[in-house]
Amino acid sequence: MSSHAHTGHAVVVEPSGFIRKYIFSIDHKVIGIQYFLLALTAVCVGIVLSLLMRFHLVYPGAHLPLVSGGIMTPEQYLALVTMHGTIMVFFVLTTAPQGGFGNYFLPIQIGAPDMAFPRLNMLSFWVTFLAFVAIIAAFVVPGGAPISGWTGYTPLSGMGEVTGPGEGMGQTLWIVSISLFCLASLLGALNFIATTIDLRAPGMTLFRMPLTVWGWFVTAILGLLAFGVLLAGGILLLLDRSAGTSFFLPAGLVVNDQLQPHSGGSPLLWQHLFWFFGHPEVYIAILPGMGVASHVLSTFSRKPVFGYRAMAMALCAIGFLGFMVWGHHMFLSGMSPYSGFAFSVLTMSIGVPSAIKTFNWIGTLWGGKIQFKSPMLFALGFVSLFVSGGLSGLFLAQPAVDNMLHATYYVVAHFHLVMGVAAIFGIFSATYFWFPKMFGRMMSEPLAKIHFWFTFVGAYCIFMPMHFVGLAGGIRRYADATGTTYAGVLQPVHMFMTYAAFITGAAQLIFLFNFFWSLKHGAIAGKNPWNATTLEWITDSPPPIDNFGGDYPSVYRGPYEFSVPGYRQDFIPQNLTPEQAALLK
Amino acid sequence: MPGSTVTDEVELIGTGRGGGGGSSGDSGNSGGGGDDWKGPSGSARVPQRAYVTGMTIALAGILMFFMALVSAYIVRKDMPNSAWVPFNVPRILWLNTLILIASSFTLARSRSRFLANDSAGFRHWWGVTTILGIFFLAGQVIAWRQLAAAGVFLSTNPASSFFYVFTAAHGLHLLGGVLALLFIAFRPTHRLTKGTATEVVSMYWHFMDGLWVFLFLLLLLGR
Repeated sequence: MSSHAHTGHAVVVEPSGFIRKYIFSIDHKVIGIQYFLLALTAVCVGIVLSLLMRFHLVYPGAHLPLVSGGIMTPEQYLALVTMHGTIMVFFVLTTAPQGGFGNYFLPIQIGAPDMAFPRLNMLSFWVTFLAFVAIIAAFVVPGGAPISGWTGYTPLSGMGEVTGPGEGMGQTLWIVSISLFCLASLLGALNFIATTIDLRAPGMTLFRMPLTVWGWFVTAILGLLAFGVLLAGGILLLLDRSAGTSFFLPAGLVVNDQLQPHSGGSPLLWQHLFWFFGHPEVYIAILPGMGVASHVLSTFSRKPVFGYRAMAMALCAIGFLGFMVWGHHMFLSGMSPYSGFAFSVLTMSIGVPSAIKTFNWIGTLWGGKIQFKSPMLFALGFVSLFVSGGLSGLFLAQPAVDNMLHATYYVVAHFHLVMGVAAIFGIFSATYFWFPKMFGRMMSEPLAKIHFWFTFVGAYCIFMPMHFVGLAGGIRRYADATGTTYAGVLQPVHMFMTYAAFITGAAQLIFLFNFFWSLKHGAIAGKNPWNATTLEWITDSPPPIDNFGGDYPSVYRGPYEFSVPGYRQDFIPQNLTPEQAALLK
Repeated sequence: MPGSTVTDEVELIGTGRGGGGGSSGDSGNSGGGGDDWKGPSGSARVPQRAYVTGMTIALAGILMFFMALVSAYIVRKDMPNSAWVPFNVPRILWLNTLILIASSFTLARSRSRFLANDSAGFRHWWGVTTILGIFFLAGQVIAWRQLAAAGVFLSTNPASSFFYVFTAAHGLHLLGGVLALLFIAFRPTHRLTKGTATEVVSMYWHFMDGLWVFLFLLLLLGR
């Protein structure tokens, strides 16, 4: 190729200063790690908040050292609910799989030197960082953190301090944070899509892209179309709070004996705008995990992904349908039964592409030479959690059933399994899988397996009983249910879930230790420790600044050529020419 | 859209830095398909079509933002007890709209002069477009001041709230467009060729023009 002579000379010089190299870097790999570390910080905060909640549910009268006033008030509990949800959904489940691993590996897996717009990429990260600072600042402003939940429902979120502590400055910071996050995510989505469309290596056709890239690509399209809507909602909400408008605030509201000076706004309008974003957001969290699971299951079964095209198309179908089901969050908002029916049928139809994916994951495993390495365990855990969490979604998708289960712990259990823990398992799988590539060293396999079993069993111990608490009428967001007989009898179950949560939370310290210990002391990984086929494994670990040392690959085959009959080697990298591959026969 | 063909390598007034990276010898067209790009570095060298793709994607995102506001407008207007007071748009908005539509034509003219390698004509019409853009923004500010003088503010009633939100959101986007016009007029672009830069800015400008016409009709007919 004539271009090789040229590209060989054009060496990209790594910036030498600390600030340009690690802080304001435009290298997608550094930015990916920055996103990952941001998510790691956020997840630690989020877990501490959830443990405080679990503790309070079991010991509502206990004196807590961190809480002002000693005993936690219901408002403080609601603040924990709000901040846990917001931090986890935005700064963990959206940030780590897409911003972290997507940033790091999308360009490498398609054979590109960087994102299409590296400076925009840096801007995305730093705006996300600002958003995180804003949300954390809500803890320390007067009144503390907001209490309106991660969905920020109006009118509670729109009226200011009169509706409770945290609804003053705290809620304003929440809106500012989410709006900044939307902006950053829009810029990021733009970059991901343009990169996937225009920066693919020669021969990397759409249907030769790894399913991870498909996952990030579809996720970016969802982000592009969804975050702008939430941004619009956020701006209107901010105006309602600070400029005296009445977009979401109805007339004649009396709060704490004070008549509120608003007129004719629609609280449901906020719900529509929020959930038009909010439901695609669920898929923004889970689709990258689906990509990673497909990728890892194939690699450690030593088999091609079963039904590769169907997998890619199912990702697109889930993304597409994801935009038409937001109403199922609002069955109880007084919506017309006909709308409810349409939303219900559309929601259940998402079961079809989801079933295609699950069937093909099992098909990928079927008859494979399965290697139970830690990434594989977490990918299997992902499939398990996705199925158990997804099935309850079919119940909730029916308005008649949702009438009873709405706002109970059944819903909490459903979305924690399917979007929370499953997505986290996708992140763990990705971490164990790509750590060798990102840092050049292996993570400890025995520690990883201990971490897996504690987390896997622990997650089920927390969230399976939670379904039954919901079925029995346990209402979410109640700070203290011990006073009622119907909910009070559920306390032993809550006790079990709380113990499980603390043990599972403690088990994450194994992961943290493994992660930071392996950075320095792990075994040297080499280029391709898993004998995998995609382009990130043909370059050094960690990859050089321009990803391929100037020698950019061309692609000659699909991403999952494992155990091809007639070859001595059970994997054929994507960049092997037919002549080179013939030598392996 | 005028001149929306991808004419990447047209260099007219540019700095001679094709793509800004190294030499311009490898322009990524060595054998069809368009998928054969090989560059030394993303930061130094991105295929010019990525900027056109990027702008297309950005416009889709911006469209979703404005459509969210528009759907909020429609829903809010028809709420029971909405306290909605139909809103008479200031008359200067007709003039502003004409100015903005005219600016699309002058910009198209500028692009076609550029593609015809007529540097002076390009600069002339580019300048006219920039001035019309600034006139439009000034006209919008005048409309705000007229409303304020008449006692109509952001929080006066829902219709005026939406008027200020629409015009402010659109005005901010158009201000970005004016800055881009000025930037290209006065500074050489580094990573984009002049051809791509003018094409991308044209896409943005025509989109903002069309969006304004839509919002204006909505405010006129949907009040």
